[in-house]
Amino acid sequence: MKPAPFAFRRPATLEEALAALAEEPGAKVLAGGQSLVPLLSMRLAAPSMLVDINALPGLGHVRCSSDGGAAGVRIGALARHAHVLASTEAAEVQPLLAMALSHVAHPTIRNRGTTVGSIVHADAAAEMPMVLRLLEGSVDVASVRGRRTVPAGELFAGPLESTLAHDEIAVEAFFPALPEGAGVAFQEIARRHGDYALVGVAALVETDGGEVVRARVGFVSVSDVPVVVDVTDSLDDPAGKALAELDPAADIHATAAYRAHLVKVLTPRVLADAVHHARERNT
Amino acid sequence: MSEQLHDVRLHVNGSVHEVQVPARRLLSDALRHDCGLTGTHVGCEHGVCGACTVLVDGSPVRSCLMFAVSAVDAEITTVEGLTEADDTPEGRLSPVQQAFSDCHGLQCGFCTPGFLTTITAGLKENPDPTEDEAREMIAGNLCRCTGYQNIVKSVLRAAEIEQERS
Amino acid sequence: MTTKLFGTKVPRVEDQRFLRGQGRYVDDLLTDDPRLLHAAVLRSPHAHARITDIDVADVLDVEGVLAVWTYDDLVDAMAQPLPLLIPHPTLTHGRTQYALAKDEVNYMGEAIAFVVAVDRYVAEDAVARIRVSYDQLPPVVGIAAARAADRLVHDDVPGNVGARMEQENGDARAAIADAPHTLRLELDVERSACTPMEGRGTVARWDPDTSRLTVWSSTQTSTGVRGCVAAKLGLDLAKVDVITPDVGGGFGVKINHPWPEELLVPLAAMTLGRPVKFTEDRREHFISSAHERAQVHHVEVGFDDDGRVLGLNVEFWHDHGAYTPYGLIVPIITSTQLLGPYKPANYRVVFESLYTNTVIVTPYRGAGRPQGCFVMERTMDAIAAYLGKDRTEVRSTNFIQPDEFPYEHGLVFQDGRPLTYDSGDYPASLEKLKTLVGWDEFEDFRAEMAAQGRRVGIGLACYVEGTGVGPYEGAHVHIETSGKVKVATGLTTQGQGHQTAFAQIVADTLGVRFEDVEITTGDTRKMPYAVGTFASRAAVMSGSAIHLASLRAREKALRIAAEALEAAEDDLEIVDGVVSVRGTDASIDLGTVAVLSNPLRYAFDEASKAATQFSVGDPGKPPVAEDDEPGLEGKDFYSPERSTFANGMHAVIVETDPDTAEITILKYAVVHDCGHLINPMIVEGQIQGGVAQGVGGALYERMEYDEAGQLLNASFMDFLMPYVTEVPTTIDIDHLETPSPLNPLGIKGAGEAGVIPSAAVFAAAIEDAERPYKPTLAITAMPISPSELFDLRLAHADVPAEAIAEETR
Ligand SMILES: Cc1cc2nc3c(=O)[nH]c(=O)nc-3n(C[C@H](O)[C@H](O)[C@H](O)COP(=O)(O)OP(=O)(O)OC[C@H]3O[C@@H](n4cnc5c(N)ncnc54)[C@H](O)[C@@H]3O)c2cc1C
Ligand code: FES
Ligand code: FES
Repeated sequence: MKPAPFAFRRPATLEEALAALAEEPGAKVLAGGQSLVPLLSMRLAAPSMLVDINALPGLGHVRCSSDGGAAGVRIGALARHAHVLASTEAAEVQPLLAMALSHVAHPTIRNRGTTVGSIVHADAAAEMPMVLRLLEGSVDVASVRGRRTVPAGELFAGPLESTLAHDEIAVEAFFPALPEGAGVAFQEIARRHGDYALVGVAALVETDGGEVVRARVGFVSVSDVPVVVDVTDSLDDPAGKALAELDPAADIHATAAYRAHLVKVLTPRVLADAVHHARERNT
Repeated sequence: MSEQLHDVRLHVNGSVHEVQVPARRLLSDALRHDCGLTGTHVGCEHGVCGACTVLVDGSPVRSCLMFAVSAVDAEITTVEGLTEADDTPEGRLSPVQQAFSDCHGLQCGFCTPGFLTTITAGLKENPDPTEDEAREMIAGNLCRCTGYQNIVKSVLRAAEIEQERS
Repeated sequence: MTTKLFGTKVPRVEDQRFLRGQGRYVDDLLTDDPRLLHAAVLRSPHAHARITDIDVADVLDVEGVLAVWTYDDLVDAMAQPLPLLIPHPTLTHGRTQYALAKDEVNYMGEAIAFVVAVDRYVAEDAVARIRVSYDQLPPVVGIAAARAADRLVHDDVPGNVGARMEQENGDARAAIADAPHTLRLELDVERSACTPMEGRGTVARWDPDTSRLTVWSSTQTSTGVRGCVAAKLGLDLAKVDVITPDVGGGFGVKINHPWPEELLVPLAAMTLGRPVKFTEDRREHFISSAHERAQVHHVEVGFDDDGRVLGLNVEFWHDHGAYTPYGLIVPIITSTQLLGPYKPANYRVVFESLYTNTVIVTPYRGAGRPQGCFVMERTMDAIAAYLGKDRTEVRSTNFIQPDEFPYEHGLVFQDGRPLTYDSGDYPASLEKLKTLVGWDEFEDFRAEMAAQGRRVGIGLACYVEGTGVGPYEGAHVHIETSGKVKVATGLTTQGQGHQTAFAQIVADTLGVRFEDVEITTGDTRKMPYAVGTFASRAAVMSGSAIHLASLRAREKALRIAAEALEAAEDDLEIVDGVVSVRGTDASIDLGTVAVLSNPLRYAFDEASKAATQFSVGDPGKPPVAEDDEPGLEGKDFYSPERSTFANGMHAVIVETDPDTAEITILKYAVVHDCGHLINPMIVEGQIQGGVAQGVGGALYERMEYDEAGQLLNASFMDFLMPYVTEVPTTIDIDHLETPSPLNPLGIKGAGEAGVIPSAAVFAAAIEDAERPYKPTLAITAMPISPSELFDLRLAHADVPAEAIAEETR
């Protein structure tokens, strides 16, 4: 279990990193390595070059702003899951971040793995891609061709596949702040504590005078790409609505029927938690 | 085709190791085979078992999921670096090490280095953990021998020893 | 015996080096030797295929590759199949693999080619360049497919049946036919594996100066490996040394030998004239080391109104994988140890051991007992449910009573000896367990939980475990002139703390300080006769041998000291390494006695100088008398007539989530009887570890093969070994100490106990939690996941409304 050979760059500036990626079509970005290195060691991936972005300056930030249309949490490409989780400010501005992050792997993995890397890795079994999508966040992407902002809705192309071009680096993810009167919640069921979820569910509800005016639910591990379902008009059977859009599959840990059942169990629970959370914030 | 070697300066346990390694050399292998620090063990090489855990700038990290070439700017601590200097050549066991001995926190010893490094950092962050917090602290490391009961006790005992010594 | 350390929680001496990162495991060896080479193995990607061509042309182009072997490069004994270690008359169709596959592969993972290169990275690059052409054959996966036998694993093994074995005591079928009540059960256990944290590994170095081969292997038997290596490589035994360094866990898998690599590594080292290392990686461990556990059982039981078993007829099918290097040990153990603490009036057991295109099967901690315990205990639970009796009551009715020991079952055990239990007190154990877990108070607890909408259940399971199997183990005790005591025993250590427990025995028996004793295990240079560490035998076998060898050394020390001190031997005592005449000042250090024991007396140290004041030996006789030897040593072997039988009982309280079917452990209790405890701390550690491993086996771990024979979960990501978060937060342990009459220390083995009853006890508790809601739900297959419990709930009707009405009426 050792990686195949590859060329290695550890650039000190973003420009150099982007140039290296542009030059070498088989190159890949190395961020925390917590997903990439196991793939390399099992020789399931064999890029010709790794561009290690860990020495790039100015990407380790977890920046919060709570006012205006840009209110939210900006997370740099080198901010580790652990840093994001430790930020009490981030947890205030967008509480779902911490709720979900505490389910991402184990603390030791979180010390190295990056939140942006996790999003770009686009695993439908991972928590953060779904959270970004539920919150309607976005990712800022750079390449030799310039910069662009990719809304979460346009980020996920397929299983473990994002819409980023091979030479693009995601430099920052943006998670919008939780608006007034809104609440969030997250629950997941995993085989072992810290494992990828069998099913994970997050909810975002917006209330007005105690009434739910908008309710959306995001799902982990029951589809090929992170899926978010608007259940505002089906609060009597939100799981039913969701299951029509989900595609729970069987694997060695659970049958498709069991996954669907967990969706039915968790969805109303998480929605109720989110409503409760919204009410709590209002008082 | 000859693989390019990189000159890498690793800072481990307060010493500098100059090694020449290919880019793909895992940090775990570099520590064990190039630096001769075989106390760090390898149990899975895919990030799950935690036997290879070392401290990178004080934080526990899987050394099997890092390349040596990426570790150049870091201060690394392995199990060999946990003992405290005293007037003996081998040094005195750190509170965590001593606690494992007191509480029979190890059997074959293969997982032990990963637990010791993880707990050392964990107690820095939380010097007085509850039993639940102790469990949480070690929740990412596998041990096949002990059933963890005595490792949890060791965490609590280590916190006590730390208190006694300071 | 004036025991001082025996029975106390002495901290382990080995911990010092482990805690400092100074353990020496196989992969740690020779790391600073620049000549060291590394091996990697090409393994079959297919479960069943004919090999039509192997092309290694591209491999030698890779810079840093030194050599590659395929079957065609092997000669003489190396070209023969690997040994079938334990033949048995009923194993009529035993088959073993070649060190490197010849013409066909029979499981995914079977070794095909062996590459040696400057490092493991390059060796893996080379492996990736070997091109093998296969004709794929339809694989046989699982017991059902093996029994159906419409495909064969080996063309010359009809029906895929390697062995069929039957034993009977009385006439079980007639007794069942005549019994007032009968039940039939189908019970399955799936494949799992030991998965020690350290995989296999072997290092070899050929020394041309001395013409000696040194092999270090992560094995449970150094002497076994030595014998194989010598035989297969055509070397004189005297030229081969095998050393087992620190081992990162075994749990059974490392008793099988020789693994292909254990032969190929020394072969490569001799061929290339450089040391070679093979370190198995985690994926390889899953697909090329051994598995165990998979069995399907059919039970018929006849019993009376009290639940007394009148006849028990068990048929089972054992999946032994693609080859049978370790014979029939596992199914034989199931077939005999299934009986546990009970005495069915008539018992018949028959099993078939079947070939499948999956990884080989060799003993895994418990070795067939977990399956046997599952079968027997599920049967006891079924009888209790049928009769509406308390489960403990049915068990009590069937217990062998304390005054019935030694108890003969009328069967033959795995060691070829009659199955005879030496001692035990099962009713007392059960009483302790009921108290420990709160058996009698449980219904109140259940009601309290039910009122909160929570489901809880309780289960218990009992087992008896044959431990300390023969044939023998030996020990050599040497008291040096410094007074230090060097002790060697041949079996190996994988974390059991032998250096501590054995030193406790020596310190007590010899009367020396614990710190002065140093134990060496698993080094054929120091003790060439030994069997190995398995079947919970180390403490009983080597512990007893060390005790006997220490007694011999002590005898000699007293004889010489008596002469030196001009006193009677009976008046002497040895305390802290000093022999003294009781009630006087006259004394002599053991180190000095060691000097006196050797007529060659260059005065090169203080001990020798001190010895000059004493005179020993008969001037009329030669310096070394006819019946004597120089040196203060003792050597002895312990070889018991039969095994000792430890026993225990576990109980667990679980909660099952009514919505998600998640299973949570609320309480785990163990009552354990392994005779006298040498070091209670170590024994408790063994039990705790076993329980955790059992939790894994019952609720998390299994080998998932697909129909093509691909192992789908060959990683720790998907083979779900429990973390701390999955094991009980406390394990309540109580001991009973019923000494074994068979050995001088009264001890029994403890290594496997913790894991044996887990499948049984969890099945019982989960079923008990569900039954009030799903009266027909039965747990008949283990392990069980929440997804499977969910399926079971769907398959069984809820309690009908009228039944609830009836109950309340
Ligand atoms: C044992 C274990 C358990 C885990 N459990 C979970 C879990 O429960 N939930 C979960 O969500 N995750 C889990 N993970 C994965 C972990 O969260 C990873 O850290 C994360 O998925 C990827 O982040 P990384 O920084 O490590 O990315 P890397 O591994 O470095 O990269 C992953 C991929 O993204 C690309 N990439 C990374 N960063 C960028 C960037 N800035 N721009 C462009 N491309 C980029 C890389 O090229 C690569 O293809 C687990 C990992 C391990 C080892
Ligand atoms: S070896 Fe690194 S986590 Fe297992
Ligand atoms: S002590 Fe052996 S794996 Fe933990």
